[in-house]
Amino acid sequence: MSAALSSIGRVLGRPPIGIVLAIATVVVILVAAIFAPLIAPYDPNVQNLLGRLKPPGFVIRNTHYLLGSDELGRDTFSRLIYGARISLLVAFASVVLSGITGSILGMLAALYRGWVETVIMRAVDIVLSIPAILMAIITVATLGPGLQNVVFVLVLTRWPRYARVAYGQTLIIANTSYLRLSRSMGAGWFHILRYHVLPNIAGAIVVVVTLEFGLMVLFEAGLSFLGLGVQPPTASWGVMLSVGRNYVANAWWLSVIPGAALFLFVLSVNVLGDFLRDRLDPRSR
Amino acid sequence: MKDTDAAFRRAPVLERVIQVGGFVVRRLVQALIALFGVITLVFFLQRLTGDPVLLLVPQGATQADTDVMRTALGFDRPLYIQYFGFLADLVRFDLGRSYVQNLPVVDIISSRVPYTLELAAGALVVAIGLGVPIGILIAVRRDRFEARWLIGLVLIGQSMPTFWTSVLLIMFFGVWLRWLPPSGVNGFQSLIMPSLALGFLSMATFARVTRTSVLDELSKDYVRTGLAKGLSMSRLIAHHLMRNAAVPIVTISALEIANLLTGAIIIETVFAWPGLGQLTIQAISARDFSIVQGVVIIGAAAAILLNLIADLLYSIIDPRIRLPGRDA
Repeated sequence: MSAALSSIGRVLGRPPIGIVLAIATVVVILVAAIFAPLIAPYDPNVQNLLGRLKPPGFVIRNTHYLLGSDELGRDTFSRLIYGARISLLVAFASVVLSGITGSILGMLAALYRGWVETVIMRAVDIVLSIPAILMAIITVATLGPGLQNVVFVLVLTRWPRYARVAYGQTLIIANTSYLRLSRSMGAGWFHILRYHVLPNIAGAIVVVVTLEFGLMVLFEAGLSFLGLGVQPPTASWGVMLSVGRNYVANAWWLSVIPGAALFLFVLSVNVLGDFLRDRLDPRSR
Repeated sequence: MKDTDAAFRRAPVLERVIQVGGFVVRRLVQALIALFGVITLVFFLQRLTGDPVLLLVPQGATQADTDVMRTALGFDRPLYIQYFGFLADLVRFDLGRSYVQNLPVVDIISSRVPYTLELAAGALVVAIGLGVPIGILIAVRRDRFEARWLIGLVLIGQSMPTFWTSVLLIMFFGVWLRWLPPSGVNGFQSLIMPSLALGFLSMATFARVTRTSVLDELSKDYVRTGLAKGLSMSRLIAHHLMRNAAVPIVTISALEIANLLTGAIIIETVFAWPGLGQLTIQAISARDFSIVQGVVIIGAAAAILLNLIADLLYSIIDPRIRLPGRDA
């Protein structure tokens, strides 16, 4: 067992301590999000008017506020865990949907060139030149706030990132003999993408996915913070922060704790993303 | 004979001008298409997702009021006529009226623009003032421990949500130490915290770009020559290296200004700073759709323009850069 582990270690090289910490942070937060009902000590939405704005470690009638309580006496620790669920769910859904859309469009543009390429890549340029927050504002102002609309905005504004990378990577292999052979044998576009192109460009896409995941968590929190994203009383890190900022003077934990969770998660994902990019892309060394 | 010689020498310059001119025109057309795309999107999002009159009338208006409004605003006309009317108004810089405040949208927006520009300028000073020196230090001392700490600082800057930075600053300097006003507009002092909060994220970008650019230059021959003839590193950097390394930093500035302007939306809300961002968020909760629409169109236009400037600077400042699209 230890021999097997050390051989894996030899292949990957010894990861720096920062990477180990980053992986540990991401894993802890992921586990907390997935198993929220098993880990959270209390219901995140249950109010206790006797236990309002209590500091971390406060105990009142069998209720132990590990990380304090908010203005309605809800347990910050439980809300933090359930909040991770919402924040990561939004990020996951938008990364998957925009990743699939963008990658397919990018690969098609590089494989078929001509007008397909022109239309797709000009659309990429246009969407990239419009600030995402403005798209979010106009969407929320017309469609109203909410989980689905946040995901919709994120997919609408983020797919070009994947399209660009997929396009560039596919161009590199577009003229290889095995691709030409496959096409001349009458393979359809889906078959070519799935079996010939995707395996070649997957590494580059994974790097974008990692870097984008952190950004999506930040974006969701930002929108919810402004009141344009997830709506209270549902707990998300952005919602918690937006409530917490009203109590900076007398309840520091309400803004420091969700912000710290958000910061640690994004920092870890960014560290991992940079590490993966350096490992998978020999040019950036 | 002399004349042909001159023509000969001028030829590459002329070709360059034609090349750059063609690129500028192509990029201008692309920018116009992007702007047109945003305007069309705004128009159809509003028209196709529900009754636009309901977005424009004040809350609690009666059915009769709404119907009067519909006819008065021309929402009973066919969609394509409305669309061309909308475009015609925009060409005349007419963004419509706010029916909540009963003022032209252009007037409301232009009264807020100076505040947002002031905030973005403050943030840009913070971002460049911190980011460029940090980037140079990381590049020059790349194997020392200082560089590792600074890289850590850059990573933190990149991962700090601006709204959390803002809340922490308010907590420390506004509430606990009482050094700075926690919010509002009250002279230079109240500009400090919002600028820091907004500039910290851009600082990371400037530091990264500067680092890469300086590292590229450090490997060149003139650096070795300069050091060999006894120039000090600081003098070499200040007088020779930064002139070459500055090109990417200048171009990234245009893109960063666009980011700062949109980032201001969040910062302004936290610090009660009366710029465009605060206006927009207030307009959304007041259901004042014409203002939201106006800000989005103007903001997108500004971002597209800054993108265009960045691209043009990139290709014009440095003649070595091959213009994109020549052989595409």
